[in-house]
Amino acid sequence: MNEDRGDVVLSVRNLKTHFPTDDGVVKAVDGVTFDLHQGEVLGVVGESGCGKSITMKSVMQLVGKPGRIVDGQILFKRNRDGTNTEEVDIAKLRTNGKKIREIRGGDIALIPQEPMASFSPLHSIGSQIVEAVMLHQDVSKQEAKRIAIEKLNEVGMPSAEQRFDAYSWQLSGGLRQRAIIALALACNPSILIADEPTTAIDVTTQAQILELLKRLQREHGSSILFITHDLGVIAQLADHVVVMYLGRVMEQGAVSDVFTHPRHPYTRALLASIPSLHSEPRIELPTVAGGIPHPLQRPNGCPFHPRCPDAIPGTCDVAMPKLLDVEQSKVACFLHHDEAEEADA
Amino acid sequence: MHLFILKRLLIAPFLLAIFSVIAFVLIQAPPGDFLTSYIAELAQGGTSIGQEQIEALRQQYGLDRPTYVQYFVWVGNLLQGDLGTSFEWRRSNAELIGERLALTLTMTTISLIFTWAIAIPAGIISAVRQYSGIDYVITVLNYIGLATPNFLLALLIMWFAFDQFGVTVTGLFSPEYVAAPWSLARVADMMSRIWLPALVLAVAGTAEVARVVRANLLDELDRPYTEMARAKGLPEWRLVLKYPTRVAIAPVISTLGWYIPRLLSGGLVVSVVMSLPTIGPLLLRSLIGQDMYLAGTIILLYSVLTIVGTLLSDILLALLDPRIRTA
Amino acid sequence: MSHAATDPATTAPSTSHDDRGNQVYVAPGWKLTWLRFKKHRLALVFLWLIGLITIVATIPAFFATMDPDDSRAARAFRPPQVIRIVHDGTLTLPFVYAAESARNPRTLKLEWTVDRETRLPVRMFVKGFEYELFGFIPVDRHFVGIPPAYEGSTVHFLGTDRLGRDQWSRLMFGTQTSLSIGLVAVAISTLLGILLGGISGYYGGLVDNVIQRIIEILQSLPPIPIWLALSAALPRTWSVTTVYFAITVILALLGWTRLAREVRGRFLSLREEDFVSAARLVGASKMRIIFSHMVPSFMSHIIAAVTLAIPLMILNETFLSFLGLGMRPPAISWGVMLQEAQNLQSVVNAPWLMIPGLFVILTVLALNIIGDGLRDAADPYAN
Repeated sequence: MNEDRGDVVLSVRNLKTHFPTDDGVVKAVDGVTFDLHQGEVLGVVGESGCGKSITMKSVMQLVGKPGRIVDGQILFKRNRDGTNTEEVDIAKLRTNGKKIREIRGGDIALIPQEPMASFSPLHSIGSQIVEAVMLHQDVSKQEAKRIAIEKLNEVGMPSAEQRFDAYSWQLSGGLRQRAIIALALACNPSILIADEPTTAIDVTTQAQILELLKRLQREHGSSILFITHDLGVIAQLADHVVVMYLGRVMEQGAVSDVFTHPRHPYTRALLASIPSLHSEPRIELPTVAGGIPHPLQRPNGCPFHPRCPDAIPGTCDVAMPKLLDVEQSKVACFLHHDEAEEADA
Repeated sequence: MHLFILKRLLIAPFLLAIFSVIAFVLIQAPPGDFLTSYIAELAQGGTSIGQEQIEALRQQYGLDRPTYVQYFVWVGNLLQGDLGTSFEWRRSNAELIGERLALTLTMTTISLIFTWAIAIPAGIISAVRQYSGIDYVITVLNYIGLATPNFLLALLIMWFAFDQFGVTVTGLFSPEYVAAPWSLARVADMMSRIWLPALVLAVAGTAEVARVVRANLLDELDRPYTEMARAKGLPEWRLVLKYPTRVAIAPVISTLGWYIPRLLSGGLVVSVVMSLPTIGPLLLRSLIGQDMYLAGTIILLYSVLTIVGTLLSDILLALLDPRIRTA
Repeated sequence: MSHAATDPATTAPSTSHDDRGNQVYVAPGWKLTWLRFKKHRLALVFLWLIGLITIVATIPAFFATMDPDDSRAARAFRPPQVIRIVHDGTLTLPFVYAAESARNPRTLKLEWTVDRETRLPVRMFVKGFEYELFGFIPVDRHFVGIPPAYEGSTVHFLGTDRLGRDQWSRLMFGTQTSLSIGLVAVAISTLLGILLGGISGYYGGLVDNVIQRIIEILQSLPPIPIWLALSAALPRTWSVTTVYFAITVILALLGWTRLAREVRGRFLSLREEDFVSAARLVGASKMRIIFSHMVPSFMSHIIAAVTLAIPLMILNETFLSFLGLGMRPPAISWGVMLQEAQNLQSVVNAPWLMIPGLFVILTVLALNIIGDGLRDAADPYAN
């Protein structure tokens, strides 16, 4: 891998988050590994149901019942005051314990999918930002309000002082998204987790919000984990990309490399399904064949093999390929190497 | 906010007019002219009534005139503060109702406080600890509470208290205070007794409200704003109480409109069983004795209390929910 | 799975994995509801109980041990007799001990003492008083009782009341009245509710507005006083059957509003659903849209709502009768029976007079749990 990236701030190792149900265990995240480096935007893509949101929730210990992190590590370099760094394994922290509560909002902040529903309708947006500030910083109420208005200004909220007392349902979709970003930025977190933040808004506003995120990232030097199913957004915003399928990483690498030289058949299929300005008019767009299997009926071997055009019978349906360096990227596919993962526990 | 309450206030007289018609229809419902049956009854008992007196009554209620005129005479009298006279008690209705109104309202209010004080925490615990032991216990108690008629519960408690401890829990006053004039000691005595019927009365409502709170809160706990509050780093209990709970109890407050009539209705039966001097037994007796103007007035009074309750819940709701305030 | 690998594009992965799942995908709505309901064990148990109670309500005389109106002062306030299978430490066939009464010379009250020497056998399908099954088949067999050989002795599993009538037998007949009033009242209010709620929800506009205002007014009336007033207005001279129907209608008249609201809400949300728009676009008639598209998709909800409405009606009938304004003697209902236990003195004297109340609680409890189970099962988005 290229070595000119910043320090690793978040390292997810072999993360497994499972949901025991009456009918069996749903393995939503089943051995995910990736690194997030200082000051970069890491895009996570995959179809809905591939486990990308659960991975992100795991990072904040926000997985709801009955989900549970059963294995793996989430190593986070915590650096509050800029001098001494401590390494915390978030996977080992107690859900809703004191430590994780300090990290949430303070060090790792969430930019959620639905800005409308993410503000309480009964409280003004200002009071909800002030609350976050006062939770993590030892400041007076006036000071917290000043910070909140400053953040609202920073995200480009027009007439921020008046909007401080507004309720979320009084704002337009774009302004709501800005308010949510202000809330996430309230305590200067080192990592922002953006969970499909632009799906619920129209395309023009979407472009503005992406522009805003890019600017904020430049100014603060923070790292962003950006989850989306939109490859276009990844191309615009991200430095590196992780491609997930059924709770596993299929391929990861620099965006420039993965998008020009996709190596995993799944990545290829995803990229092929995007209409291009340069393609012939009126051609039928290829889609990824088949659908995502039922969560309780994961195929044996490589989870993608039933839909894979290049699947090797007797190999792909038997063992799971390891995620290994292939040229500049990492790929989990027997077309590129033949190392399998040990039989799963 | 003011506009919203003003609108509600304007609807009230309209509702009142409709309720007065319904009450009047009920007054007229028993077959025959009530005065005739009243005279017959008196004659049976050996007392006779003077012709002038009959005429006076006939005039007072406009019985010699068409029904709709009778209605307006009745409403007109009500508006002038004349609630009429009870045939059975030979006293003015205002007096009869007045001396029981305070007790009825006290019991209803205490019952309401019990309901919310028990049901809301129970619902919250039940939802937050869904499928835990305490959730099951609360759920089972809810089902039993919903299924037990409150008069039966009153009977069971009365029987148990007497059988086990030799205590009589009927009535609102100890013997020495029954006929005594109002004093601080009498109020204290009443308070030491009124909580039991109020609690009995609250049981069914408590069960229902707890179920509503649980169901609503379970919905709200899944909402993104709850997760967002968690992602901010708020401690679990603080965020549950501050955000989803506030949304979840709004519908409970809006149930005041129908819960107050329910409490009044339930209070009637409990009062009959536990011999409490509230309005309920008075209504029952007036209905059985076909003392219809007294009964009609009481029913109208119940309706007024209902309208007041609805108004109260609208105001509370507006205070709680800015969306209603600004609408 | 090798065929899947050779031709992945044509093989949907789910088919080979999930046959049971596919059955679920194509099952009609009511079947899905039933499948989900069956998982709710407690509700299933109570469904059996309600089935049992329904059988009792259909043929109460078969389960009664004696004529419910047979009164005798010498038998008054007799405590319940427990069915035993152990006598003098040895296991025997079921029996009850006889009891003797004597008047207390001081209080003049009838006092009962258990006679541990005399045993009365309890058997199934014994001969007893004659009755007509379903109103036309003459029968004299009963579910349980003491054999005819012990003529003169009576058995009272639940004791007797003030007039010496057998509570067990009265309870069986009371079940018929109370349950059927609940059912008929709910049937009437369901009809009214579906009709008015449907009209309101389907047409909207002015019609909807008027119906909604009427519902609001009815719902803000204090129900029990109104019921009481209406029942009090029923002439005393009316026969038991007439009163029965009148009470049913009175209960139904104020009970339909909740259901109408429910139906209207469903109609409103369904009207916007894609499958209804689709049906409209392909030119299906209004009636066809309502009855073959909309009604089936909320039938489960209606059934659940109806199940939850029955216990309310039963409770209301009990209230009315208990206060003396519902069913009147000689009719027997749970409420009428509970009238005997109206004050502290009678309850302290004969606590078993409260037993019909336990049946009310059990029945209402069962119906509520079944209704909740159905409602949860009817929601396609649950879980």
